[in-house]
Amino acid sequence: MMKSEQLSSRFYEISEKEKGKISILLKGKIDIKNSAHILKKLTPAIKGNSLSSLVIDLGEVDYLDDFGALVLLEIKHLVAEQKAKFNVVNVKDNIKEILSLVNFESHEYFVPLKKYKPPNILVDLGETAIQHTDNIRFFISFLGSVILSFIHVCIHPKDLRINDTITYMKKTGVDALPIVALISFLLGLVMAFMSSLQLQQFGANIYVASLVSIAMVSELGPIMTAIVVAGRSGSAFAAEIGSMKISEEIDALFTMGFNPTIFLAVPRIIACIIVVPLLTLFSDVFAISGGLLVGVFMLDLSTTSYINQTIKTLTLFEVMWGMGKSFVFAAIVAWIGCLRGFQTRGGADSVGNAATSAVVSSIFLIILFDSIFAVLRSFW
Amino acid sequence: MKKQAIINVKNLVARYGDDLILKDISFDVFEGEILVVLGSSGCGKSTLLRHMIGLDRPFSGNIMIEGEDITSSDDSHFNALKKIGVLFQSSALFGSMTVAENIALPIQEYSGLSKSSIANLVRMKLCMVNLDGYENYLPSEISGGMKKRAGLARALALNPKILFLDEPTAGLDPVSSAEIDELILLINKSIGATIVIVTHALDSILNIAQRIIMLDKKTKSIIAEGDPRYLKDNSQNVSVRQFFNRKAKSRI
Repeated sequence: MMKSEQLSSRFYEISEKEKGKISILLKGKIDIKNSAHILKKLTPAIKGNSLSSLVIDLGEVDYLDDFGALVLLEIKHLVAEQKAKFNVVNVKDNIKEILSLVNFESHEYFVPLKKYKPPNILVDLGETAIQHTDNIRFFISFLGSVILSFIHVCIHPKDLRINDTITYMKKTGVDALPIVALISFLLGLVMAFMSSLQLQQFGANIYVASLVSIAMVSELGPIMTAIVVAGRSGSAFAAEIGSMKISEEIDALFTMGFNPTIFLAVPRIIACIIVVPLLTLFSDVFAISGGLLVGVFMLDLSTTSYINQTIKTLTLFEVMWGMGKSFVFAAIVAWIGCLRGFQTRGGADSVGNAATSAVVSSIFLIILFDSIFAVLRSFW
Repeated sequence: MKKQAIINVKNLVARYGDDLILKDISFDVFEGEILVVLGSSGCGKSTLLRHMIGLDRPFSGNIMIEGEDITSSDDSHFNALKKIGVLFQSSALFGSMTVAENIALPIQEYSGLSKSSIANLVRMKLCMVNLDGYENYLPSEISGGMKKRAGLARALALNPKILFLDEPTAGLDPVSSAEIDELILLINKSIGATIVIVTHALDSILNIAQRIIMLDKKTKSIIAEGDPRYLKDNSQNVSVRQFFNRKAKSRI
């Protein structure tokens, strides 16, 4: 194809003196800047020929790094594919050094690497089963350890880290108040508005107050608050404890004779079960005030009658029921957050996974326990 | 013949908030040399390094890499970054990628080579640091010394003109340390990279450093500069001699 014709540029010169015998003269600096370009140009010239031998002359190369070595290597491979002879001549000493550094002669570059083989499905199944059993075992043993720690703290109140507990109370409670208040207020507003659309048809506007207060105090208040706390604090617990776990801080605690559960989990759980019911109370109040707003401005109810109806509807039992539920939810959220934290193993991504699974598991358990409470109540 | 300076640090003042870390430091790094920045713990070695690679902005003063001021505009800062490779103290390999993917990442971005070529190049790089065969391992599956070498291969991915190594041998056994030292010398010789090392491993310093800069915690500036083998015995400064001869400070 290119008998006696020459293909050349600043970096290379190709000449074919005899049919099938190509020599390539490389020139100047072969490095990261031009290696891709040279490869692109040379590949078709070599591929298109029925080669018998190819000689690369490095006599005019001043500098060649491993990108340059890559050019030689790729050409060598192309030549080997055509079963032709390959030769590199006029190699300067400094270039020889680079080539030996990357094992140019001896290393089998084009042998495919051993790929990670996925194990067969039975092995996979077995491993997953073992993992799940381990998971459940850890679940139960952590629950036990938390209960034991609580008993320990009850007997030796001095071992409770009061300052930490107060900090977590602030973080989970006070700092969450604005968002809980806003969400509950809007929820009360929406609920009052939606129910009024139906109740108005029967002239039963006043029952909007009953509906909002009952629904919020016994159901939605505890659930909404718990979900917000799970998203804000449950995930934070998991991430904090998880990163402590992977940086060996928990091992350090252990070697100093601290019980990590008492040190890390108990303050968080206590803080949660104290502040979350209080948050729920706030959530109830804000939801009712949201309903009140709709009642007064859209349904022509007076403030007094709305509040009277609310008080008439709500019994102490109703309020305590809601608080009790949120107490349980709080314990679940904090416990799961700590559990996921302690389960963390590996690197940065596992901390993220811990936080995610803390939120997902707590929301699932909150809904599950809420249904259990509903069933219990129907048998009351 | 004096070599050309590739990095100029001029009147650098570094502060973190109210803490003055480095006070009015000036020095040059010459092309092709191995410079070691050393000093006792907490004297600002790593701070100096962070400023030189543009991670922290100086309080005042300039740092030029090949004439481009990395402290001024963002554009030239970015250009200068392409010329440097950094090995971080904890290797900073991406934990979710295999060793090969870690090294391929910058090559894919900047070289324009085909996928199979990149795979071969990565194998060459790993061959250079004696880590061939570990392409498909995750960083969590290899040892500390191997992580350092993989980090070094990643720093070398684009054959940078300047290589910054933060404590390349910290926490390694003597054999691995010696291997890394040898590798550093080899890279310096074959690729001709300028290498700036922050370390206080004495053996390494005496083995590989062509020139050292010693920082002092008290004066917050450079107290010694020159050939470590000469300074070891002949420095006028007591703390320099103490450092090189591993003498404890007298507690008076």
